Formats: sequence, C-alpha cells, structure tokens
Amino acid sequence: MTYTVQIKVMPLKDLLDPQGKAVMGGLQNLGLNGVSDVRVGKNITLQVEAASPDAARQIAEEASKKLLANPVMEYFEVSVN
Amino acid sequence: MKFGVVVFPGSNCDRDMYDALKYDLGQDVSMLWHKDRDLSQFSTSDCIILPGGFSYGDYLRCGAIARFSPMMQSVIEFANAGGKVLGVCNGFQILCEAGLLPGALLRNANQQFVCKNVYIKNQQDQVFMIPVAHGEGRYYADEATLDQLEANGQIIFRYCDENGLLTADSNPNGTIRHIAGICNAKRNVFGMMPHPERACSGVLGNTDGRTIIESMLMASELAPV
Repeated sequence: MTYTVQIKVMPLKDLLDPQGKAVMGGLQNLGLNGVSDVRVGKNITLQVEAASPDAARQIAEEASKKLLANPVMEYFEVSVN
Repeated sequence: MKFGVVVFPGSNCDRDMYDALKYDLGQDVSMLWHKDRDLSQFSTSDCIILPGGFSYGDYLRCGAIARFSPMMQSVIEFANAGGKVLGVCNGFQILCEAGLLPGALLRNANQQFVCKNVYIKNQQDQVFMIPVAHGEGRYYADEATLDQLEANGQIIFRYCDENGLLTADSNPNGTIRHIAGICNAKRNVFGMMPHPERACSGVLGNTDGRTIIESMLMASELAPV
C-alpha cells in the first residue's frame, strides 16, 4: 500500500531561530499583537510504499534521522495517513 | 604534497581555492568532480579541500545533500584513513553534516548574510584578517561537545577584534564561544567559516590566508594548545 507520510522538522526549542524572529517582526508590523515566539520549520511529505502504517513510519523515521533532520539543531515528528 | 579541490554543483569558491593553491602557494592541485569517486592518486599526506559556495542550492540544509555525493563517500574514507581534509564555509557545513566534525552551522543570529573582513586568532594568539561570506555560520554544539573541543584544543580559530580580544562586536554571526574553525580529535580534518583562499595574493592586498593554509595544512602536525 502507498501511505502519505508527513514529517514536521522544527529547530530545537533551546536554539535561537532567526527566521522565526524575522517573521515575528513582520507580524508585529501588521499590527497583530499578542503573537510571540514564532518558529519556522519545514513540512516534508513523502509517498511511501510499505506493508503497513508502522512499516511506512519506520522508513520515514530512518529518512528523517539520516537526512531530513539534523539532530544537532532540529527535531522531527512523523505522521502516517 | 598534493591538493584536490572537490567541485559540487553550486560550489563557487572552487576556482579561488585552486588559484590560491596553485599560483599563490605554488602547490600541485587538481579539481575533483562530485560524481567521481577516485582518490587513488592521493596519499594520506595529501589534502582534499571542500570549497565554499552553495552546494545543491543549500536545499534542505547547507551541506546536507552534498554529504551523500559519490565523491564525499571517498572523502570520508580518506579522512578516516588519516588523510587531511579542509572544509571552508560551505565545506565546513558539509564536514559537519557528514559527521567528520561535531556540531552544526546555524543561520546567523543577526538574520543577515555577512560579507566582510573579520579578525580571527589561532591557538597561538596570532591575529589574522580574513574575509567571511555566509548566512549560516553560527557554529553550535552542545555544552559537553564544546567542553571536549576546548579540552582537546580543537578550536583552531576564534573571531576576535584586531587586538585579539573576544569582544561581542567582533563576533559576526553569534557563534558560540566565538568559534570560527575547529578540527577533529585526530587533527586531520579542519573546518572554518572564514575564507583564507580569498586572502592569499599580494595583488588583493592581504596575504594572511597564505599563513593560515601553510600552518594548518603544510605543517607536519598542528600543535595542540
């Protein structure tokens, strides 16, 4: 079966995210007050051919660990549909 | 000793490096295509250089895709066998992604691409003026790794002012502990964000880079602190 896998890759919570900071500046300039701590990451979708959702997840996790995310600076979350 | 400069799609400092090595330093140097694998003409006393630029368009993360290119597999083997490898700027990012050096290079804290001359100092407190040109040069590693780098004398360059002081203003990208360049524990793999190859020719008004390349790669071994 083919599963659609979404991988969310975000900068680690303890790290400064300059991109998020710049976006927050833009939101404030829009006059949208009450917004804080903007962080920008990536959403990667894959079509994965696998025997089960668990098997698809396993492939996606390996892809994330080896290439899609760098654990020194990012964390990731996998969801399978 | 011989030098090889790897050319990735998007490398843009490969020719500068070649010219600096060949014409300013008078070395035997050749270009290596990223799709090739052959490093048989090099021995472990030679040096492979990963130049600056934007390999694979900096897609995903700087250096993330280049790390899987065929030539990089040979470079990793070469480094593990004790051969010298230097990564400058994007090359430093590739070495971190490949796991040949610890840590990672994050987007500059000031949200700007910095392109200017900066001062850096080596472990003997010699100060050099060298250009930087990067948007993702903020070195980061966890505290335990940083302490280990300090203890082993692996932090080979730090940003400083012209007198060698580690002032906040002299740090161009918000890098942790002013780190501009590091080496591995075996002292055969070197990474630095500043571009020594852009400061090798007298015509360009600055030859500090020549001293850096000579002392780092052509000295028999880098002296620990």
